[in-house]
Amino acid sequence: MNRTFSQRRDRLLIYRAMREGKLTSSRRSRCSACGEESPSLEWDRNLQVCPKCGFHAPIGAYYRLANILDPGSFQELEEKLSPADPLHFPDYPAKLAGLEEKTGLRDAAVAALGRIEGRKAVFAVLDSQFLMGSMGTAVGEKVTRAAEYAARKKLPLVIFSASGGARMQEGIFSLMQMAKTAAAIQRFQRGGGLYISCFTHPTTGGVTASFASLGDIMLAEPGALIGFAGPRVIEQTIKEQLPEGFQRAEYLLDHGSLDRIVPRKEWRAVLSQLMALHEGGKRS
Amino acid sequence: MSRLSPAEKVKIARHPERPGTADFIDALFTDFFEQRGDRLYGEDGSILGGIARFHGQPVTVIGHRKGKNLEENLRCNFGMPSPEGYRKAQRLMRQAEKFGRPIITFVDTPGAYPGREAEERGQGEAIAQCLALMSALEVPVISVITGEGGSGGALALAVANRVLMLEHAVYSVLSPEGFASILWKASSRADEACGVMRLTAQDLRRGGIVQGVLREPEGGAHTDWQATFRTVDAALVKELAGLEKMKGSALAKQRYEMFRAMGQSLPPAREEEP
Repeated sequence: MNRTFSQRRDRLLIYRAMREGKLTSSRRSRCSACGEESPSLEWDRNLQVCPKCGFHAPIGAYYRLANILDPGSFQELEEKLSPADPLHFPDYPAKLAGLEEKTGLRDAAVAALGRIEGRKAVFAVLDSQFLMGSMGTAVGEKVTRAAEYAARKKLPLVIFSASGGARMQEGIFSLMQMAKTAAAIQRFQRGGGLYISCFTHPTTGGVTASFASLGDIMLAEPGALIGFAGPRVIEQTIKEQLPEGFQRAEYLLDHGSLDRIVPRKEWRAVLSQLMALHEGGKRS
Repeated sequence: MSRLSPAEKVKIARHPERPGTADFIDALFTDFFEQRGDRLYGEDGSILGGIARFHGQPVTVIGHRKGKNLEENLRCNFGMPSPEGYRKAQRLMRQAEKFGRPIITFVDTPGAYPGREAEERGQGEAIAQCLALMSALEVPVISVITGEGGSGGALALAVANRVLMLEHAVYSVLSPEGFASILWKASSRADEACGVMRLTAQDLRRGGIVQGVLREPEGGAHTDWQATFRTVDAALVKELAGLEKMKGSALAKQRYEMFRAMGQSLPPAREEEP
């Protein structure tokens, strides 16, 4: 456990150094979207957005939080929450242990208390490095507890989603997390809480069909794939090719599903503005 | 017959002769008035709903509708709802709450429709809003899973105070074919998936996901509709009588806490909160 903690701390320190431009390297990285190479340093300065084409590469939960929160304001919530194996699914515990070793994450979600330009909020961030950010009982429970904590403390709730959907290995228990998280969000919102939902690439399935689609404000990163069914399943079903840009954030904006698309560098400013705009209401 | 494998149960749950929502409404309810349309975009035949009397008492009844032949199936899209269906269901449930009517739902769908227009009109949002709305309703809600309980498209009508399940119905995170395809990249291993998914009524009862299992006639519900109707009718009468003693706020609380507890048996939060 101590080792995991120090891994996380080290990573946060590295990210901070990156942000402040103190790390230098001659390494280059190739963009998985446009195929062009750029110096890794430029990727770092650009918060892992391709300097050539603007592709927003998936990033880890701690990295995202390190880039959004006021320095020193990060306090992890429910960090001891660990996954369960309710179906006794073959090889699942070994898979979970391997992923914890590899990623330093206990499961696919991180919850935290933090500040943006001085304004306190509760954050939950899904991490696609851990089984595609899929939602099993631990992710459902963490999102639920984050909503409950925000309700108790009367704080805004900000959730960044990135998920392949329900986690197959936890079967029906994963499905029930959709009902549980949607119910917790509903309760939080009826109590007057502000919930800002932020879609990142990719978010599909049971996460899209539960808490991620219930935001008072709905935002997404540029180019993020957002949907209920995945594009391959749809193409197999309807047996025709999907239009250009189908299920991308820009497409959803055009179809009325989002309030705004937010480039990665603008999250702090946009979230801060929204929190400030909700401070004058009679229920705040 | 009582010792069917999970894969055999999936076949029975999908049997074309199995009674569906329209059959249950015909048999168990009187004075049915169908309500159509979501008032936003269109009418979705894959969800059937309206007001009816159950033993004389007005209730709102909603369920997935599958067809018995190709023509019917095309009309109701093989029981796979679009966002309009879920938004119609929300409209009916809000009305039920307004007029203080209990809600009874029948669940039987392969899943929500994975189509282009469904995505463009917000399939995920439509399902999510059903879940959120149902979780807080202050009237009794009883769901009966009668055939296939496929994924979020089924759950969207099953956030109930009591979730009952016919003996050979199935309820799962995804179809066994989809499950095998995602995990093993081979939809042909669906029978194997049935074995590990714990999708039978008996497994789900043990796991606390459903609260009651309803016996089917020997051979399955399709072999004797009348016997199946009698069983479902008796179960609904009993559950409704119990729930009607509860106040609206207590019903919402009981339902919330039941779903809140699912998958909660994880290590507790640390005591000191920052």
